[in-house]
Amino acid sequence: MSNAALQPRLSAGRIAIYATLLLACAVYLIPLIVMLLTSFKTPDDIRTGNLLTLPESFTVIGWVKAWAAVNGYFWNSVKIVVPAVLISTLLGALNGYVLSMWRFRGSQLFFGLLLFGCFLPFQVILLPASFTLGKLGLANTTTGLVLVHVVYGLAFTTLFFRNFYVSVPEALVRAARLDGAGFFTIFGRILLPMSVPIIMVCLIWQFTQIWNDFLFGVVFASGDTQPVTVALNNLVNTSTGAKQYNVDMAAAMIAGLPTLVVYVLAGKYFLRGLTSGAVKG
Amino acid sequence: MASLELRNVNKRYGQGQADTLKNINLSIDSGEFLILVGPSGCGKSTLMNCIAGLENISGGEILVEDQPISGMSPKDRDIAMVFQSYALYPTMSVRDNIAFGLKMRKVPQARIDEEVERVAKLLQIEHLLHRKPSQLSGGQQQRVAMGRALARRPKIYLFDEPLSNLDAKLRVEMRTEIKLMHQRLKTTTVYVTHDQIEAMTLGDKVAVMKDGIIQQFATPQEIYNSPANLFVASFIGSPPMNFIPLRLQRQGARWVAVLDSGQDRYELPLSVEDGQSLEGREVILGIRPEQITAANEGGPALRAEVQVVEPTGPDTLVFVSLNEVKVCCRLAPDAAPRAGESLALQFDPDRVLLFDANTGERLSKAPEHIPAGQSGNIAQFAAR
Repeated sequence: MSNAALQPRLSAGRIAIYATLLLACAVYLIPLIVMLLTSFKTPDDIRTGNLLTLPESFTVIGWVKAWAAVNGYFWNSVKIVVPAVLISTLLGALNGYVLSMWRFRGSQLFFGLLLFGCFLPFQVILLPASFTLGKLGLANTTTGLVLVHVVYGLAFTTLFFRNFYVSVPEALVRAARLDGAGFFTIFGRILLPMSVPIIMVCLIWQFTQIWNDFLFGVVFASGDTQPVTVALNNLVNTSTGAKQYNVDMAAAMIAGLPTLVVYVLAGKYFLRGLTSGAVKG
Repeated sequence: MASLELRNVNKRYGQGQADTLKNINLSIDSGEFLILVGPSGCGKSTLMNCIAGLENISGGEILVEDQPISGMSPKDRDIAMVFQSYALYPTMSVRDNIAFGLKMRKVPQARIDEEVERVAKLLQIEHLLHRKPSQLSGGQQQRVAMGRALARRPKIYLFDEPLSNLDAKLRVEMRTEIKLMHQRLKTTTVYVTHDQIEAMTLGDKVAVMKDGIIQQFATPQEIYNSPANLFVASFIGSPPMNFIPLRLQRQGARWVAVLDSGQDRYELPLSVEDGQSLEGREVILGIRPEQITAANEGGPALRAEVQVVEPTGPDTLVFVSLNEVKVCCRLAPDAAPRAGESLALQFDPDRVLLFDANTGERLSKAPEHIPAGQSGNIAQFAAR
């Protein structure tokens, strides 16, 4: 085959492909651009100009006001997300380890029922969860919200780790048992160090789910313990005074930024982890 | 090092299921090399896992140094195992892999370093100690896996098909090395394989298994020369033993087997014990390829048409048809005829074996061929 045949040609088909791709890019990026532009404009500028014009006078006043409004709730979210993500990931790893390496009578059924949890809509568990939290004395507390997120997330994290560990040869565990390692030593010294890709998947998945959660936040937290998503909603929906779109946009960006950062930092592990085990090697 | 004994070991998975292992009785002395060989699914790996304690036995007793160990957990049994997949810990360096078992047993660090050095030197992997398993070739991984077992100096070593993941050349090299290692260290070893050549070359004792039953437990030579039944005879030896079903005929005081090649007939005299009533009984004549050779000038011979010739180098395999059964003969390479030619064959009547056509059991030959008490577990086979 000649080299020329490998060179991409600018044919009509290729132009159509690029046009489609550019269009798709625009569809996804324009809202972000509008948000960014608007957040740096003054309220007057917003009223007079159109959505896509550059700010007449560049100002960060929107961001400053937004941060002042959601600051406390942002840290609430951090206080909810960090323990909830870590605990659900660790427990999921432990569950996956048991369900793949230490099968017991009925473990397949147990796993099947647990999978069911992945298909449960948020709304279904609202009443039972709030009942339980009330009984535990955890209603309207950060701890309570963490607990709900951990329980709801367990189905997913267990699924991730179980499917990852199923592809790990059982001989490893057998070898470690003969070497004298116990249940937790095998888990901590041998399996966990191998699990970096799937841990990353779990962290990203759980972080995104819990950070972006609105429903649990609005139902199980109130006042000062609310997460940033609920605070953003409250801010945007206030009916008093003129609409400060620049503040709304900046606050929305602040609320969305952490998940973006997590994707950028750990994104390459995400794909690697999701496809691990798909191809042997 | 320690002796190992298995008494009536049974293994069954769940109620109502067939036994995976049936009344296994084996014993080896300290320092002996035991081979468990059989086709896949015969229970040999299960038996090994039972010895290691990775699976519980359903009945019987396993003894090491005459102490029962069946109730112990794997880590208390002081047994090391080399796995088919090597099972090296992928996130640890070679050094940590070898040291892991010692660390788990709280051996002081100085001793651990000493042992790792000793083992690395023994296996010539000193230059690999800092590497991860994924940076090693198959043969090197194999060495590390053995090193991990050796470092702990356990009572018994278990090898689960350790060579089956290596390419043919490396397999032969490692086989010799394992044998050399065993000769030097005199470790009590149980070695599982489906490869009959490994079984023959490595073992002091060989247990041939099928369907969870030990078909024969004896030395490699005994198993080769006096297989207990048709299965053992066909499983050990390559190319396999020829089996010719026929009826024996009486000729005065002796029995003869009549072989018919289509162009010639030959009466093969047999050294069968006299008292047996073989008249008209259907038997299977077993004869190994090397026991059929090109006939000497003037001696008794059977002429047969050569159907296929397979030169292997050291000798040439020739296939002829006897009693309408394809029979393999092993000839010296210079005696090799061409396909279609007629060839004069001679047989080694003293080494021909007879098997019962119904049970598959070997019919006992003249007493001097079977040393007393070493006929293996024929009784076990018969009890099936």
